[in-house]
Amino acid sequence: MSLSVPDILPLTLRGAGLSRGGKRVLKDLDCTIGPAPSKTFLIGPNGAGKSLFLKLCHGLVPAENGSVDWGGHSPESAKPYQAMVFQRPVMLRRSAAANIDFALSLRGVPHRDRPDRRNALLRRTGLGRLANVSARALSFGEQQRLALARALATEPRVLFLDEPTASLDPAAAYLVESIINEVAVAGTKIIMSSHDLVQTRRMADEVIFLHRGRIKEFRAAGPFFEEPENDLARDFLEGKLLWWRRSDCPDGGGS
Amino acid sequence: MDAFIDAFTAAFHLIASGDEDLAAIIVLSLKVTVTAVFIAALVGMPIGGLIALSDFRGRRFLIVLFNALMGLPPVVVGLIVYLLLSRSGPFGVLNLLFTPTAMIIAQVILVLPIVVALTRQILEALWGEYRETLESFSASPLQCLAVLLWDGRFLLVTGVLAGFGRAIAEVGAVMIVGGNIDQMTRVMTTAIALEASKGDLALALGLGLILLSISLILNLLAQSLRAVGERWSPV
Repeated sequence: MSLSVPDILPLTLRGAGLSRGGKRVLKDLDCTIGPAPSKTFLIGPNGAGKSLFLKLCHGLVPAENGSVDWGGHSPESAKPYQAMVFQRPVMLRRSAAANIDFALSLRGVPHRDRPDRRNALLRRTGLGRLANVSARALSFGEQQRLALARALATEPRVLFLDEPTASLDPAAAYLVESIINEVAVAGTKIIMSSHDLVQTRRMADEVIFLHRGRIKEFRAAGPFFEEPENDLARDFLEGKLLWWRRSDCPDGGGS
Repeated sequence: MDAFIDAFTAAFHLIASGDEDLAAIIVLSLKVTVTAVFIAALVGMPIGGLIALSDFRGRRFLIVLFNALMGLPPVVVGLIVYLLLSRSGPFGVLNLLFTPTAMIIAQVILVLPIVVALTRQILEALWGEYRETLESFSASPLQCLAVLLWDGRFLLVTGVLAGFGRAIAEVGAVMIVGGNIDQMTRVMTTAIALEASKGDLALALGLGLILLSISLILNLLAQSLRAVGERWSPV
């Protein structure tokens, strides 16, 4: 795109918080996510608030406390330069090709350029043969890849991924991982949640460990996996159950 | 029983012979109802879409209102339009009473709530599913509405056909505002009512058969559209 992309990084959260159903699910989030390193991973047990953290940053839900700032831009004005792949992708009731064309049209790509860009994306995600199939008739793994292709069609500066390989078989997961790595190398900032520690170790440059809506640790991936500073993070890495330990909200339990 | 069979035979002859009076009545019926449904769809779909997508005070009330209006008795609509268009009414100067235009107005009022209520229901369900994705792509409200209308098109057509079915089959409203004037405002339903009371069962039955086949064709159409739609959105 010839449009000049404003510099929306770093992303800065200051005391950001959210509640759902009267319960505070994200609390006092303070962090700065910069353009480098390129892959920031969000890990933590179920109910830690990973999905909401991503949605908060992406501007899909407004912060109730504190602030979310994108290099001086509001979440709303920075959103067009970001894309997100949801945990359960929603396919439009159209062909696979039309799903990508939709994203291209929203970003103002002219009609005559769309087929080339679309076909390249479909090939890249291994969906070349399925271009004219109804997106809803695709298997879950294919839908997940199509969602990734559709997100990439917008050529985002920042790409959010919410457990993009959670229900994929190893081959499909490998393909998705390698596309994400390529995109990161090409200069797109990746912010991705995962509950797969092996995958995180394999891919992440830096790690945010989230527990019960709080950031417990935010460090480069190497040192984090080597020797986590936070005891909860250490237990999490060792595969211990966290939910019965050191409760910082008395009613306990995640959402 | 014989009289019944006689009437049926006569009705078939009437249809087969392409009777001009009969044809004129059918053409006027279709013209009035198709126009009314077209206008109602044009106005009703955006209204339904807006109610589905927006959040404002009184939204709940509006939804209940349109749902209730779906069951509006045609005679009452006829009466209200009659009063509005009559010489002493506010729109008397337009001289529309007892014209096809008056009948179209009455049928628009009958069909509009159906289109609005069904559109709202269909698009609201779709919006619930699409919302996050569309917002993630920073689609404008107008782009969202366009996506919902397009992706819901097969279901929406079913709603429009339901409106058509109601309008083509109703007697009360067109009788009152049209007056059932021969060659002018006589449509299938008013003709059936008249011929039946006169005892000309052949014409009444012939029209009845045609009315029945129209509703049969409509339902077949709706069914096949739904089948096409499901191909694109298997649950």
